[in-house]
Amino acid sequence: MSNLVEISQVEKEYGRKKQVFTNLNLSLESGKIIGLLGPNGSGKTTLIKMLAGLLKQDAGEITINGQKVGPDTKAVVSYLPERTYFNESLKIKNLVNMFKDFYADFDEARAYHMMELLKIEPEMVFKKLSKGNKEKVQLIMVMSRRAKLYLLDEPIAGVDPAARDYILQTIITNYDTQGSILISTHLISDIENILDDVIFVKEGNIVCHQNADTLRNEKGQSVDEIFREVFRC
Amino acid sequence: MAWKFDNSSPIYIQIMEQIKKMIARGELKPGDRVPAVRDMALMAGVNPNTMQKALSELERAGILVSNRTAGRFVADLNDNNINLKNDAGYKLTKNYVEGMRELGFNDEELVDRVKGFIEG
Repeated sequence: MSNLVEISQVEKEYGRKKQVFTNLNLSLESGKIIGLLGPNGSGKTTLIKMLAGLLKQDAGEITINGQKVGPDTKAVVSYLPERTYFNESLKIKNLVNMFKDFYADFDEARAYHMMELLKIEPEMVFKKLSKGNKEKVQLIMVMSRRAKLYLLDEPIAGVDPAARDYILQTIITNYDTQGSILISTHLISDIENILDDVIFVKEGNIVCHQNADTLRNEKGQSVDEIFREVFRC
Repeated sequence: MAWKFDNSSPIYIQIMEQIKKMIARGELKPGDRVPAVRDMALMAGVNPNTMQKALSELERAGILVSNRTAGRFVADLNDNNINLKNDAGYKLTKNYVEGMRELGFNDEELVDRVKGFIEG
C-alpha cells in the first residue's frame, strides 16, 4: 500500500554552513490530521516548502500521491504559508476569482459561505481586515479547496484565543477524511486535541512519529508535556 | 470548544467516559439517536477520526448500536446487562475508599466521614 506522502533520503542545505536535513525519511498516510512539532529552526517550514514545491531538495526523493513534487502535485496540495502571499490591495472577491482560476478543486460557494458567517463582504479590501480576519480569510481560501494534502504552516500563531478556536473549528469542519492535513506549530496545547498523529522534529531529524493517543497512553502525559521534555534546553 | 479534556490521557477514552456519563445521567436514553460523527466531533472540538474511534469502542462495549441506514443509537442497556450509573458510582466509591486508606484512615473512620459529611 502506498502512502500519500513518501520522503526518502532527502538532503537539504542552505549554503555549505546550514544543513537542515541530512537524511530525512518520512511517510504520511491519508485521512489524518498530523502535527509537525518542533522548536524554531528545526526544519518545519523547510519541510513544508519542499512538499509545496517551493524549495527543491538537494538529494533524495519526495512523492505525493505517487508523483514527484511538481505541477501535478501542486494541483492536489493546498498550502497556507506562514506569511501572507496575497496582494493585500485586492478585494476579497478578486482573491476568490484568482483561486478559482488557479485551482480546479476550489469551491467558491463554500468560501463565500464561510466568509458570510464572519460578516466579511466580497467588496472588502484584504488590507483593511484585522489581523485575525486576515488569518481567517487565508485559511478559508486554503480549506475551500478539495485537496489531498493541506499544508498549514503556523495557522494559529499570533491570533487571539477566540480566533484560534474559530480556526481549529474551520479545520475540523472542512476536513474530509480522504485527505490529510499537516499542521506545523509550536503552540501544541492549543492544537493537540485535533491531532491524530504527531511528528517531533529536532535539528532536522524525526525523533518521534506516533499516534497522539498512543503516546498519551504510553507516557501518561500530554503531547505538550512530552514535547517540553524532548526539547528541554 | 465545549468539552474539556485532560490531555495527559487518550482523548478517545475521555470521550467514551463523557458519553457514558450522559447516559448515566439520563441525558441520553436507550433508543436515542446519537448525532453524526462530524457533528459530535465539532461539539467536542476533536478530530472526526478520534470521535469515530470513541463511538466504535462504545459500540464494541455494547453501549451503542449502529443501524446501517439509520445511524447510531443508545443500546437497550438492560438487555446487555449494563448499568452505567452503577459502574460510575462504583468507580467514585473505589477512588474515595482507596484514597482514604492511603491517607491512613481505617474502614470505620472512612464510613463515619461520609456520614458526617452528608449530615453536614
